[in-house]
Amino acid sequence: MSDTSLQLTDGQIRRKMIADFWFDFRRNKGAVVGLCVFTLLVLVAIFAPLVAPHSATLQYRDALLVPPFWSDGADPRFLLGTDAVGRDVLSRLIFGSRYSLFIGVVVVLVALTGGIILGLIAGYCGKWVDTVIMRVMDIILAFPSLLLALVLVAILGPGLTNAMIAIAIVYQPHFARLTRAAVMGEKNREYVTAARLAGAGPLRLMFKTILPNCLAPLIVQATLSFSSAVLDAAALGFLGMGAQPPAPEWGTMLAEAREFILRAWWVVTFPGLAILISVLAINLMGDGLRDALDPKLKRS
Amino acid sequence: MIRFIFNKLLYLVPTLLGITIVAFGFVRVLPGDPVTLLAGERGISPERHAQLSAQLGFDRPIWEQYFDFLVRLAHGDFGNSLVTKKPVLDEFLTLFPATLELAFCAIVLATLIGVPVGVLAAIKRGSWFDQISMTAALVGFSMPIFWWGLLLIIFFSGTLGWTPVSGRMSLMFYFDTPTGFMLIDSLLSGQSGAFRSALSHLVLPAIVLATIPLAVIARQTRSAMLEVMGEDYVRTARAKGLPAKRVVMVHALRNAMVPVITTIGLQVGLLMAGAILTETIFSWPGVGKWMIDSISRRDYPVVQSGLLLIAGMVMIVNLLVDLTYGFINPRIRHK
Repeated sequence: MSDTSLQLTDGQIRRKMIADFWFDFRRNKGAVVGLCVFTLLVLVAIFAPLVAPHSATLQYRDALLVPPFWSDGADPRFLLGTDAVGRDVLSRLIFGSRYSLFIGVVVVLVALTGGIILGLIAGYCGKWVDTVIMRVMDIILAFPSLLLALVLVAILGPGLTNAMIAIAIVYQPHFARLTRAAVMGEKNREYVTAARLAGAGPLRLMFKTILPNCLAPLIVQATLSFSSAVLDAAALGFLGMGAQPPAPEWGTMLAEAREFILRAWWVVTFPGLAILISVLAINLMGDGLRDALDPKLKRS
Repeated sequence: MIRFIFNKLLYLVPTLLGITIVAFGFVRVLPGDPVTLLAGERGISPERHAQLSAQLGFDRPIWEQYFDFLVRLAHGDFGNSLVTKKPVLDEFLTLFPATLELAFCAIVLATLIGVPVGVLAAIKRGSWFDQISMTAALVGFSMPIFWWGLLLIIFFSGTLGWTPVSGRMSLMFYFDTPTGFMLIDSLLSGQSGAFRSALSHLVLPAIVLATIPLAVIARQTRSAMLEVMGEDYVRTARAKGLPAKRVVMVHALRNAMVPVITTIGLQVGLLMAGAILTETIFSWPGVGKWMIDSISRRDYPVVQSGLLLIAGMVMIVNLLVDLTYGFINPRIRHK
């Protein structure tokens, strides 16, 4: 009997889990495409100064509203044309990718951290602590998210940092709810009782014992929030409440381009296309992650 | 059923109170002096400041101020706009039908297209229709709608010249608006071409606002249908020789509709957020644009009460959805 049983070290189990995950993820072709586009986007953002042909804010006064390279009257210096004050659209898009990714990362990290802490406390403590925390979350969720973010920005003052804080506050209840639900499901399992009997304190029980077993839904929600954060930050920028001009943030670029929509289609089209492609790539990845991480879907 | 409704209502009370606390606290945490912010007067003498402060109740303890605020709300007093000097509630009630009309048309459009597409995609799982429609749904789900609106304006208003760029009604027509819904009022006015004008103003904003809900509904319908199609009772229905159409329409779709209706209900809050962007792009005179304008004009009484009224509306609609849900699904009602 004993020669058929296999002893795996922790490292081996972890490697096996990653291999399993990759196997499931790879089966979803869309997810792989999303991952490739996203990786490309990250590389562009990191190496923006090397990739961009021009500066993002330099104004070429001799080349205002130049159309992209395939149209009549194009200037070979500017592949995707220039905007109303003669800035290269392509370079601005390339530098803009930094904003979008930065916004996504910061918003998700802040919302995730806040949500996990509140959700763990609510789920673990139960009773009135749970009621109070979840009621506050209900109140935040009762407001339409963009409206609440707008009002928060009105309080904090327009700007990129405040827009990120506002969006993170609005997203945080989703993480708190998910964490709480997962914790409630896990906290009466045998392994938690065993850890408690072994003398683990509440903090260790919460973060070390329970939390790692609740991560799958949180990771999926994090990808979804990443893409919504990019969208909402662009929306705030578009409404003049996010990143302020002349920052090459995509939503802000769209706001500046709005008055030229019937005269110069390219200044409107490309920033929006950039937002759409990034959000789509992240959502494709999210779908793949969900399929690979959710054992219920895996079996079907 | 009455007990179910009562429980739902009872659950709303704390959240509703929480919303009033947020709206009440909002003006008090703004940078600057709340008295001058709410009164809209700047550079005033200390005497005038004290007078205003007493008038607005800022000289009393905070809990008393909050209680007063609640009492005034209960009397329907939502304050006056600093810019127009009109009561905020009146402004809200004049503008809200425009938003409601837009949102209603959007959700109807999204449901009428989203549900059949989702059902077809589920029945023909793996087919080219399934793949194309679900890819389109994911694109729609990822769409920055403020950009999508601009694209539609470029194409339909600019290139083709089919639809107007903004507003609700051509200036050529003038008639009373008893219901506040342009589509109905233009029909009632009996003027030829008025309804057409109202419709051509509405169609692009409605498409833009419907985009994300449509994508969500199509995806949700597909996955709900797939889940239900694997159930035993569907297999039984098939096995006893019922026509495929009947199995899909009666046995599967009815049960799949329960999560779909929840999804449609959940879109209401999102629709309000979307309405802010859509109304801004198309200069649609609704509450979303009103809020944006008030925020940038620093018309804080409007922002304060508008926030409250919009959140209240969303809660009421969500409650109605919950009740419908309990109505069609006895399992929820009797829990």
